[in-house]
Amino acid sequence: MLDGYALSISDLMRSSSIAAILSLAGMLAVPALADDLPKRVVSMNLCTDQLAMMLAAPGQLLSVSYLATDPRGSAMAEKAKSYQINRGLAEEIYLLRPDLVVAGSFSTRATVDMLKRLDIPVAVFEPAYGLGEVRDRLREMGEVLGREEAANALIADYDYHLGSLLEEAGHRPRAALYYANGYTSGDRTLAGQILFAAGFENVAVEAGYSTGGILPLEVLAMLEPEALITGRRYSGTSRSEEILDHPVVQTLRADGTNGAISDRDWICGTPYVLRAIKELGTLHREMVED
Amino acid sequence: MARLAIGLTAVTVVFFVAALTLGPAPIGPVESLHALIAGDEGPLTLVMREIRLPRATLAVMVGASLGLAGAAMQGYLRNPLAEPGLIGVSGSAALGAVIAIQTGLATSMALGLPAMALIGALVGVTLVMALAGPRGSSLTLILAGIAISALAAALTSLVLNLSPNPFAANEIVFWMMGSLADRSMTHVWIALPFMGVGWAMLATLGRGLDALTLGEDAAGAMGISLKRLRLTLVLGTASVVGAATAVAGAIGFVGLVVPHILRPLVGAQPSRLLWASAICGATMVLAADIAVRLILPERDLKLGVVTAIVGAPLFLHLIYKTRRQLA
Amino acid sequence: MTFLSINRLSVSLRDRCVLRNVSFEVGAGECVGLLGPNGAGKTTLMRAALGLIPYEGESSIANMVSADRARMAAWMPQTREIAWPMTVERLVVLGRIPHMANGQRPTAKDYEKVNAALAAMDLDRFRDRTATRLSGGEQVRVLIARVLAQDTPLILADEPVAGLDPAHQISTMQIFSELARAGRSVIVSLHDIGLAARHCTRLILLSDGGVAADGPPGEVLTLDRMAEVFGIHAFYRDTEDGPVFQPLKVIE
Repeated sequence: MLDGYALSISDLMRSSSIAAILSLAGMLAVPALADDLPKRVVSMNLCTDQLAMMLAAPGQLLSVSYLATDPRGSAMAEKAKSYQINRGLAEEIYLLRPDLVVAGSFSTRATVDMLKRLDIPVAVFEPAYGLGEVRDRLREMGEVLGREEAANALIADYDYHLGSLLEEAGHRPRAALYYANGYTSGDRTLAGQILFAAGFENVAVEAGYSTGGILPLEVLAMLEPEALITGRRYSGTSRSEEILDHPVVQTLRADGTNGAISDRDWICGTPYVLRAIKELGTLHREMVED
Repeated sequence: MARLAIGLTAVTVVFFVAALTLGPAPIGPVESLHALIAGDEGPLTLVMREIRLPRATLAVMVGASLGLAGAAMQGYLRNPLAEPGLIGVSGSAALGAVIAIQTGLATSMALGLPAMALIGALVGVTLVMALAGPRGSSLTLILAGIAISALAAALTSLVLNLSPNPFAANEIVFWMMGSLADRSMTHVWIALPFMGVGWAMLATLGRGLDALTLGEDAAGAMGISLKRLRLTLVLGTASVVGAATAVAGAIGFVGLVVPHILRPLVGAQPSRLLWASAICGATMVLAADIAVRLILPERDLKLGVVTAIVGAPLFLHLIYKTRRQLA
Repeated sequence: MTFLSINRLSVSLRDRCVLRNVSFEVGAGECVGLLGPNGAGKTTLMRAALGLIPYEGESSIANMVSADRARMAAWMPQTREIAWPMTVERLVVLGRIPHMANGQRPTAKDYEKVNAALAAMDLDRFRDRTATRLSGGEQVRVLIARVLAQDTPLILADEPVAGLDPAHQISTMQIFSELARAGRSVIVSLHDIGLAARHCTRLILLSDGGVAADGPPGEVLTLDRMAEVFGIHAFYRDTEDGPVFQPLKVIE
């Protein structure tokens, strides 16, 4: 039995991009199971929520985070409602008696550490920084859930659709991604790659942004993007989103094409990014045909 | 005195022009000023008229307000430690502003935002004045300031946390540290009426504050109505600090540093300190804003960080000096 | 001409009756010494007369519009406050506030009065010194100069000579009595009965919130009254150098 566990750990170790892996002591203390697959999985991160919902066997996934039920940020909000909801607190997660917790690397470190101290195995996932990494995340989730086959099928499907979407773009309009607080995404980000895949040139790259960062409004204005793609508003008011009403942003919108993206398809590296590419592709076609 | 006024104004003008010509987008000074004044349909004019001009204008307005409010409060309390940011007035104004934004009052009413910030500031300044007493001793002033700032910050945080908007929760940094990033002419127009009224009120205090140098009794016998002086001070301070905080967040230490530097230059006379602090406050905020734009423009450095780095050591020095005087 | 008329003036501070039915008038040319033991109500009487604290009864100057009153009566409080490190001259110029409109610069006439006040208080060479860095006694002289610069018919001063050296005590009292001779009036509270006896034209003795005696020094300073009001044995005699008063010992 111990051998069986040791094997699964080494398997996990081999899938290198999982940052921090299962707690060894925790694994050894868990009583023997009929087979070595986790049966009570709890996810505490919006992106792992969606990956787990896509891949878990019926009954295997017990709980997802509350963020997964928010239709603005989650592409699987409806489905998430059929699971128990957690708020990512160590206490409630412990009480669910999970045999595996999946978390994002940006999840609260204190919570993850606490769970490890409580001998609960935790698999930590990095966010996807590109379209290729969507594949990696799917594979990793398949591995920790013991659902490699389902993962491979999904990956094949993803590759097929991605290939069909990636047309050779002739003319690439210059577009800017601009979110609340003046944040933008460069080419080494998921959003940046979605933009490129949809046939746009990213002006943030011209300004020297490869990762995400704050793009000063005046730099944006001087770049004169042909298309301005902003985040969709959340309910309630915030100062952070006020910048999207700034006269300069309004002028850029009036002068060029503009689109608003739905966070749910952009935030996480799941096959739903295909939907984002498709939507932006429509915008691209409209611009090119004009 | 005229020489000092001309000198201070000249420095402010230099910084104002610098604020207009310096920024993350590399544009030459001549080119940028030409785009500002002549204007065309190009992006340069857009940048100059809709980004840099409102930003520099707000820096002047906010700085003048904070410098003036600091000098006035110090004159009234006869304490060089009195400063709207440190004694919790800016913090209370921020609370009012956040309530206005989160309740939707800021969008439903044209001047809802500065008006609520004014009410917040009014509560803060009234509390401090009541706690510190007519002649604010340093200890009570600082303690009252700590209590009011802490409470205002906690309530601001609470209001932001209760917001359904995911971005709101992180905005406490803006309200506590202040920034002029991405402000537009709209902000100039909503702040200006309140600041204008406040400046006019505070400008009338010179004579009364001069007389107060000799104590309340002497001032009262010299024909100064202390009640009216106090009311004007409270309303004027709340008005300028409220409007400044509503558009730029709480920027600390300006009202402390500026009067402290100028006091020897104006012969320590409170009435002269008023206008001098207004001019010099504008310069300080302009300079701080140039600094945050040139150092790490992609990091959205907060104005209050720069003013605190300059102001906090001075504040500690003043506490130390006051302590020695008390001993 | 009457400069100050107090009629049945009563003051209660924190529900305690400090002054009860005090009445007197001060005419032109009087230098009035206000005497009395600690807590007799000297300060309270002067502040109430100026309208600085709530009172019952009548005070002719408290009823005036504050700007007019400031040109009628100058007040030197007991607390010697100089909040900011201003020069002596600037501080004395503050005395001209009641004569200047808000924001107005001092005129040549204002400086004339200031110079006269500085000269009277022997402060010419201190003119450009920072007032807060002067000694306590020098600061008192600056504050008296400020009161003189206000150039009012009536001056009320609360223990102005406390803390001064003997020469400046005498010269200050001489200035007050000269002002009185020139037709103004001065009301000055004192603990030094000897100084009061020599320089004041009239003494008002307060005791237990009321006027115990009011008249020329010779009439007020009787040995019996000194024993009764202050609880002291004293020596008092008119000499060829003027009246001499010296407290001797406390009555057991």
